[in-house]
Amino acid sequence: MKVADFETVEVRTDLLIVGGGMAACGAAVEAAYWAKKHNLTVTLVDKAAVDRSGAVAMGLSAINQYVGLKDGENTLEDYVRYVKNDLMGITREDLVANIARHVDSSVHLFEKWGLPIWTDEEGKYVHEGRWQLMINGESYKVVVAEAAKNAIGLDNIYERIFIVGPLMEGNRCAGAIGFSVRENKFYVFKAKATLVAMGGAVHVFKPRSSGEGLGRAWYPPWNSGSSAYFTIQAGAEMTCQEVRFIPVRFKDAYGPVGAWFLLFKSRRRTHSVRTTWRPAGLSWRTGSLMERSNRFRPTSAIT
Amino acid sequence: MPSYVNPEKCDGCKALDKTACQHICPNDLMVLNADIMKAYKRDPAMCWECYNCVKICPTQAVEVRGYADFVPLGASVTCMRSTDAIMWTLKFRNGTLKRFKFPIRTTPEGTAVPNGGWEVSNDDLNGPALFTEPASLGLSEVAKL
Repeated sequence: MKVADFETVEVRTDLLIVGGGMAACGAAVEAAYWAKKHNLTVTLVDKAAVDRSGAVAMGLSAINQYVGLKDGENTLEDYVRYVKNDLMGITREDLVANIARHVDSSVHLFEKWGLPIWTDEEGKYVHEGRWQLMINGESYKVVVAEAAKNAIGLDNIYERIFIVGPLMEGNRCAGAIGFSVRENKFYVFKAKATLVAMGGAVHVFKPRSSGEGLGRAWYPPWNSGSSAYFTIQAGAEMTCQEVRFIPVRFKDAYGPVGAWFLLFKSRRRTHSVRTTWRPAGLSWRTGSLMERSNRFRPTSAIT
Repeated sequence: MPSYVNPEKCDGCKALDKTACQHICPNDLMVLNADIMKAYKRDPAMCWECYNCVKICPTQAVEVRGYADFVPLGASVTCMRSTDAIMWTLKFRNGTLKRFKFPIRTTPEGTAVPNGGWEVSNDDLNGPALFTEPASLGLSEVAKL
């Protein structure tokens, strides 16, 4: 048997971003600005094609977090309270507040880049649910990836390279190692700083689905827990690991979030609201669903 | 509804430098059989049904089917994606045809400017503002608790 002749490619950079999804692309856009000021290089490595990688690869029909600070729709406190309640009190309020105070500017950037966000006659975003905006998001990821590509340059984006772990220099993470899934090449990325955004983990529990349902999941099947593995190996502090969100697949849908319930105000027909199925230990993701589902209407009505 | 390659339509992207579906599949499921120049999906159970292979195929050889265990045969879903819109064509079993067209972006392809066109002069790396903030927030400063 011939042993494959693998070439080792060494890439040196200042900031290495591992992952190519929404978070990684956003990080690339932000980092590029500061890197340019200080004459530094930002490199992004993705196991797929950055145009369509990560959990937004297929597009989305809604943005599920918009605080609306500029129009006084909500305050940071409102958002922190909502998340704390949703997660039964177990949350890092500082981190939630930090995301909440920046998320609106991300949404505004998406709109400038070309994401069609629904607006009403007055030009205000159409809300479906307190924190949700409706979008025509078929190309959501394409648009965000484009901004990242324009920010750091195509030469600094490595696609179809599967990162397998951190490169350690004593206790310091000095980059990442991986291999190409297209060519016989090992990659060694050496970086001054490494930022990891490789998604969460799906298929942690065996689903009960059989037949065509087997393996189907709300979260992408390619999110294999790489972020957790990489960061644990690198000695990073792990936080917010207490809550597992496990959306279950049922007919026509993958989980309890989204436009199906919020925009179409649909509800299940077979049970009353009191006995409506929901994931054990979790409430529906928004308070507005329970307010909107009119329990006094005939249960067969889909409004 | 999983996608599959119709071998009668697939030409293995012989006119391109790489196979389109192989290039785009986020889970790296598409394989080209170079002997017959036809692509196929190696593991339907690991497919997310994101339809990127369907949308990118230059010969519309990647088609969508209903779940074999409960969707009756005879219906079809196809799509055509252009630079600013996508159109879905649904054919029902009784012959009814429906088309839905949605915008997919509001700007010309390739023109996403990282700073969104805002005046950017942020010099404080240690401050709370991201580089387009506070302008991109529509506020005079980053919100505080």
